[in-house]
Amino acid sequence: MQNRLGSLSIAWTKIASMALLAVVTAAAQTIYRAPRTGDGKPNLNGIWQAMNTADWDIQAHAAAAGPVASLAADFAIPPGIGVVEGNEIPYLPAMADKKKQNFANRFKDDPEVKCYLPGVPRATYMPYPFQIVQSAKTILISYEYDGAVRSINMGKPTPAPVDSWMGWSYGHWEGETLVVDVTGLNNKTWFDRAGNFHSDQLHVVERYTPRSPDVLMYEATIEDPKVFSRPWKISMPLYRHVEKNAQLLEFKCVEFAEELLYGNLRKKPAGGK
Amino acid sequence: MSNRFFQIASATALAAVVGIVVLNPAPIAAQTPSTKLLAAKKEGAREKASAVPHTPNGKPDLSGYYTNASAVPLERPKDLGSKEFFTKAEADAYAAKIATKREVVAPGTYGDVHYNMAQFGLEKGQSKIPESIRTSLIIGPEGRVPPMLPAAQARAAARQAANRGHEFDGPEHRGLGEQCLLWPNEGPPMLPEGYNSNLQITQGEGYVAITQEMIHDTRIIPTDGRPHLPSNVRQWLGDSRGHWEGDTLVVDTTNFSDRTAFRGSSENLHVVERFTRTDADTVKYEFTVSDPSTWEKSWSGEVLMSKIDGPIFEYACSEGNYGMRNNLSGARADDAKKAAQK
Repeated sequence: MQNRLGSLSIAWTKIASMALLAVVTAAAQTIYRAPRTGDGKPNLNGIWQAMNTADWDIQAHAAAAGPVASLAADFAIPPGIGVVEGNEIPYLPAMADKKKQNFANRFKDDPEVKCYLPGVPRATYMPYPFQIVQSAKTILISYEYDGAVRSINMGKPTPAPVDSWMGWSYGHWEGETLVVDVTGLNNKTWFDRAGNFHSDQLHVVERYTPRSPDVLMYEATIEDPKVFSRPWKISMPLYRHVEKNAQLLEFKCVEFAEELLYGNLRKKPAGGK
Repeated sequence: MSNRFFQIASATALAAVVGIVVLNPAPIAAQTPSTKLLAAKKEGAREKASAVPHTPNGKPDLSGYYTNASAVPLERPKDLGSKEFFTKAEADAYAAKIATKREVVAPGTYGDVHYNMAQFGLEKGQSKIPESIRTSLIIGPEGRVPPMLPAAQARAAARQAANRGHEFDGPEHRGLGEQCLLWPNEGPPMLPEGYNSNLQITQGEGYVAITQEMIHDTRIIPTDGRPHLPSNVRQWLGDSRGHWEGDTLVVDTTNFSDRTAFRGSSENLHVVERFTRTDADTVKYEFTVSDPSTWEKSWSGEVLMSKIDGPIFEYACSEGNYGMRNNLSGARADDAKKAAQK
């Protein structure tokens, strides 16, 4: 009996290990191993950009006319299949109205229209490139939009001293994936131009995983018990700008927003320059 | 932690201060933070090149957090003539004099409690300032910005005249600092600011990024030998290209906007910067500024940058720009009052 059991278990172990081997082999074939930096980490240096319409609306949406009829097709709203897993954003019942209100007032209330810092994760999928500058201790992400910038500390986490627009980011490596924990975000940024919002309890965990030399998979888990009934997730590919001499240019939109922000405070009739 | 909070408070309170900075840049520039001279590295002191840390790719490692605050004025006080260096004793006395100056708090002035950066910015006694025996940041026997060419003077005068009497007409009349578009000394060349003279250098492969605390402006400098942008593309901070000369990072910047107007410069402004790590705590920053449409000759200077503890906190400028709103709404209230009196 003992022997029989023993040989059975050996047989099972053998089968199990063969199966495991098959799984591991399959996984090894699909997991892409990125080139390394000088200190042996996956090299994420580069200029990246999302290629979707999530900044207009992170959920699936059909095309729609733009806010100014005379601008016609140029500024119409492009359609998109959305980046929210399952397409549903689990607003608490009391919060759903706020989203509708934001949507109704989006062309004057959206922080982006005012050229305010975009927050995380929105900065990632705005229609502008961003650049990762990777050193061992710090990974800097510089966004073209409004010159927004985040410094991801790869050292020991400390709590955010106070809330800010771009938050307080700590990163670590899980194999090929850069995992960034973001807290200390204020309640003033939105997820998109459709008015999806959050509170100051927002906690974002981002995962950047190289998929091939020129594609990074981006995933963000969003948690905010004041606004959502459960954590939810967005995901999308980010593409490398491979064109020769690609570079971020200045997009200091502050002056483009002055009429919106201060137009009512101008001297009338206008004089001077 | 509490220190951090004060610095944050200063950043938040900053929008309110901005107007004053713009209206009155000279006195603030002169109020370079001082007192404790923590970094005791003397100018000229050099450690062996081998002591300079390198990145895994073999480039000198400039990365880290720095302050370029300085007790040394940009231009040499005229009474010092061609004296380029103090003795150590003279330098100490000069730094002490600057420190004492900052103690003067006259009601209703910049130094008044509301805008006292010693209190809100923790600049006084917190800033780490490298010791220097220089009498001015500008090097050479003259130690001053060369005289402006007549055409440049006329340009600057025309600019001022166009805005005279219209200073409160709208946001575009308020000045670049108050608009949160450009800080007077953020450069290039990067000169000490009145406060928050902090910056972060991050080195990736083929790039060096310099983030300044003021207005969170970041310059990403490619070091792969690519050419400058086409000349029709003009930027507030110009277009920077870097290369390594031994252990020195050399950065060449052109393509400035004529609106950048660094000390009256035109779009022909050309800045060359040299970053050399001289020891574990210090980067020697040298710069040469030229603009044949503005100055009859180029001029050069040197600033020591000292390592500080990071991180640098977010300086959200336009997001909290109460200064702009308050200045304009105050002016409109005045207009209404004047109209009512008629």
